[in-house]
Amino acid sequence: MANHTVTFPITDEQEILKLRAGDEVTVQGHIIGIRDRTQIRIFDQGVEPPMDLRGAFLLHTAPGVRKLDSGKYEKVCIGTTTSARMVRFTEPLGTQYGVRAICGKGGFPDEAIEPMQRLGMVYFAIVGGAAALETTQIEEIEEVAWEELMPECLWKFRVKDFGPLTVGIDAHGNSLYHDVQTAAREKLKELYARF
Amino acid sequence: MTTATTIDLAFAVEDAAAHLYVWALKDIPQDLRDALDAARKRETSVTGKRVLETIHRNVNIADSEKNLVCQDTGIAVYTCRVGEHFPLHPARIYEALKAGTGRATVDHPLRSNAVHTLTRENTGPNIGYRLPIVHWEFIPDWDGLDVKCVPKGSGSENMSFLKMCVPADGVKGIKEFVLESIVGAGGKPCPPGIVGVGIGGTADYAMYLAKEAITRPVGTRNADPLVAELEDELYGLLNETGIGPMGLGGDVTVLQCHIEHADTHMTLNPVAVNYQCWAARRASVHIDAAGNLDFDREF
Repeated sequence: MANHTVTFPITDEQEILKLRAGDEVTVQGHIIGIRDRTQIRIFDQGVEPPMDLRGAFLLHTAPGVRKLDSGKYEKVCIGTTTSARMVRFTEPLGTQYGVRAICGKGGFPDEAIEPMQRLGMVYFAIVGGAAALETTQIEEIEEVAWEELMPECLWKFRVKDFGPLTVGIDAHGNSLYHDVQTAAREKLKELYARF
Repeated sequence: MTTATTIDLAFAVEDAAAHLYVWALKDIPQDLRDALDAARKRETSVTGKRVLETIHRNVNIADSEKNLVCQDTGIAVYTCRVGEHFPLHPARIYEALKAGTGRATVDHPLRSNAVHTLTRENTGPNIGYRLPIVHWEFIPDWDGLDVKCVPKGSGSENMSFLKMCVPADGVKGIKEFVLESIVGAGGKPCPPGIVGVGIGGTADYAMYLAKEAITRPVGTRNADPLVAELEDELYGLLNETGIGPMGLGGDVTVLQCHIEHADTHMTLNPVAVNYQCWAARRASVHIDAAGNLDFDREF
């Protein structure tokens, strides 16, 4: 299992294709925070997102923030939410907006494997709950759109040494979640036979 | 000792709630730290070790930065043990807990998660209709009040399961359902955490007991030896599933399995599962009849 550092947004798709399930990744550059209501607005209500998502790294988050007098937002505690609720947005994020990486916790079910392979996308697993650490890796909240959805707005963060992330699903059809579930189902048969 | 007025006591309970909520979110209890350390030493998979090392770093950073361990400030769940002679009525205790929860959320500030269940519009600073949630227990011949705050994150709460097994399913049915639930949950509830199991009673009460189970200090055992034996057995079995830290595969799938039980109807065999994530936050206080607060993590 290799270690990589990747800067987002990416411009060269090789940056994604070189990643393999299980690899460790540290991210630099800019990432976009997004959540259930943000994606419902884009895809179910048909509202164009006011940020460029080409080559982007999306983070499933609803950050804890403090609004300053200047109107800017200051981080309080930023962590990551469960991804599985939002799996249906994977394909349109790739085809319509050119998103290349989605990061969250808990993984995506198998329906994400095919579109990620076809569109050259990856799923990064972050350590859920490790928000104190994650907050130190977010240098600044640079932009916020759709404040009325607070905290499920569209956020742009500048990050430094964001991670460690694990490639949960790669762009070659491999998913750690699929493999772990398959092995666990086999194991259950063995455990049930003991009862 | 001076006699506290009910107004003093209401303020004491409100202060306690405001303190407990933030304290629980920032500083996880020692029994949980010990369980996470043991897990980190036991895990052998590359991804599992990466996750558990990151959790360890995160807990230390939360300490040094005085920040929240996890961004999900949860739903504030309190358990109250109210002495028969405690001078503040539970109706007022509830109001004070609600006021304290709201005050902590505004003052810190904490992310507010409370929404109307249909409109999804925010209902206030982590308070709303029937929020926070309180479990009550009433203690005869006592004049004190114990309050425990358990901020319950949604990632793990979404991994809650109920099955009305039939008597013929027996204990085997209970074990299979718990295993099936935790394998099905995979990485979503932020494993390795505490699996709370409620058995017996009615459907609603089994789920209530499962929540009670996750609020216990990590590794405590049910007083009934038969139930305690099942806790040990399920703990071992769950860690054989290979789900691992954050569901990426590994040796440590759960930190503990706690079971609470109630007697039930001869034709019922309910089993409920409520998951608590690795960030199993919990903070408690004893309040005496004079309104003195004694913060204590050991229950």
